Amino acid sequence: MAENTLRLPQATAIPNVPKKTPQQSRFSLLSPAIIYLVLLTQIPVLFTLSYSFSNWNFLRPERTRFVGLDNYTGFVQDSDTLTIIRNTLAFATSVVLLSLIIGMILALLLNRPFFGRGLARTLLITPFLIMPTVSAVMWKNMLFSPTFGLINAFLGIFGTTTIDWINQFPMASIVMIVTWEWTPFMMLILLAGLQSLVQEHLEAAQIDGAGPLELFFYVILPHLRRYIEIGVLLELLFVLNIFGEIFVTTTGGPANSTTTLTFNIYLEAFKRWNVGRASAYGIIAVILANVITFVFLRVIRGNEQKAGT
Amino acid sequence: MTLSMKRRKVWFGHALSIVTILIALLAFFPIFWMVVTSFKTEGDAYTSPPTIVFKPTLENYQIALQQSHYFTYLGNTIVITFFAAAAALLLGIPAAYSLAYYPRRRNNFTLMWVMSTRMLPPVGVIVPLYVVFKNLALFDTHLGLILLYTTVNLPLVIWMMRSFFADLPYETIEAARIDGATLLQEFGYVILPLALPGLMATLLLCVIFTWNEFFIAFNLTITQASPLSVFIVSFKTSEGLFWAKMSAAATLTALPVVIAGWVAQRQLVRGLTAGAVK
Repeated sequence: MAENTLRLPQATAIPNVPKKTPQQSRFSLLSPAIIYLVLLTQIPVLFTLSYSFSNWNFLRPERTRFVGLDNYTGFVQDSDTLTIIRNTLAFATSVVLLSLIIGMILALLLNRPFFGRGLARTLLITPFLIMPTVSAVMWKNMLFSPTFGLINAFLGIFGTTTIDWINQFPMASIVMIVTWEWTPFMMLILLAGLQSLVQEHLEAAQIDGAGPLELFFYVILPHLRRYIEIGVLLELLFVLNIFGEIFVTTTGGPANSTTTLTFNIYLEAFKRWNVGRASAYGIIAVILANVITFVFLRVIRGNEQKAGT
Repeated sequence: MTLSMKRRKVWFGHALSIVTILIALLAFFPIFWMVVTSFKTEGDAYTSPPTIVFKPTLENYQIALQQSHYFTYLGNTIVITFFAAAAALLLGIPAAYSLAYYPRRRNNFTLMWVMSTRMLPPVGVIVPLYVVFKNLALFDTHLGLILLYTTVNLPLVIWMMRSFFADLPYETIEAARIDGATLLQEFGYVILPLALPGLMATLLLCVIFTWNEFFIAFNLTITQASPLSVFIVSFKTSEGLFWAKMSAAATLTALPVVIAGWVAQRQLVRGLTAGAVK
């Protein structure tokens, strides 16, 4: 197979595919879905692109004109841009790293038979299933509340003074909520990776005298590399789109200390009604997502080539 | 290995198991606390320090259900989720079938492109969607949200169902073809029954994502078609006033997806990673 094509394990698993089926029927099966996706994803992006070259504002539609790349250069020059990029990076990397570390520990803990493992696994994935706005409302009111919240009540046992989590540590609070939601995702991917590890390899290393740490760093971690890459890239894609948790807890504030790129686009579009700018930022978000998706697809391609050999 | 070393190893194993279960309980605790709070009176919910001893009541559920148009939002969510999943399956299954059984040179490109549409950030298209929806009277309608959630579900259906179809024993399908089965017969009598567990998992994943979605629903509805995810946000400033009612509404809202997720947990990874991890 040529190097530059994606090789999928399932595709290679089907031998002798009949060639007699007319090509027409294949296209009539595939094309409705493709046409639908083009209409509802690609065409809107083209619209966004065209809006991004205008200064269209819903409040002053009569003044709309072509402004070229002004919205994009505005993004570079705007004094808030640096803050927004920093927030986005801080938020996404903290969540992804924390959920990777915690998810790894949990996956290792779950990857051994014990009584109650199924229950533990079920409980651990539940935060991922809870509706994100429910999680946010629940954390904000019942866990983070300064006077009546659970976290302060717990810390109060040790005599800690009352902390107003969301106001004093807005970004950390959101990172905590989202990490709680997304750790199960990483855990499940890493657990699947651990379960695909050939037991003989582990046993061989153990017989050779490898301790638990050596086992982890020289056998388990190299095996998990692809799974880590897949988990990190996918979670990054999803976490960059996070909106509800920020909206419910801080609405991007105080000032703009928790405004991420996604949240800023919402503010530009639906608070300042600045269509042109929101669209330019939207295009930047689309490019960013496409870059990550491209890397992700390369990783799973590598995965499958490895599996194919 | 000496006996004492062996014994120590066994004890270490038990300790690890207990630690795992404790962490699981800790991670689950906020949810447990929400459910507990939903059975409290507002007075019991709003105490410092939080109390665990109280007389349970179902009052909050009655109020949450009767007074806040909960059923309107629930109805919206159910209608939108159902039709978006059905439409995505209707469009996606034939496409997945075609991609699984008729390999073509461009299949890999098609699959990657389908994946890229799934990864498209909603903020990249929300403005034109808002404009078009306003102009076509799709704004704040069930149909509008169904159209969009079908778009979100479709790549998931295509990738997952293709991966399930490709896992089926090809000899069985070939036998049906040799016996002269038409495409529809082959699909209805051979493939669908075999792929049914995969189909159910795909359906549940569609339900999970659609039910929980907030960004699109929040920006493209006002009142008429708003689903539960938008309704719940009205509690965002309920500091200490309606915790018990909020908990009751939140518990009811989250419950269907939690159950769906528990049922589909074995297939969750496959769906989330587009079949890259099984």
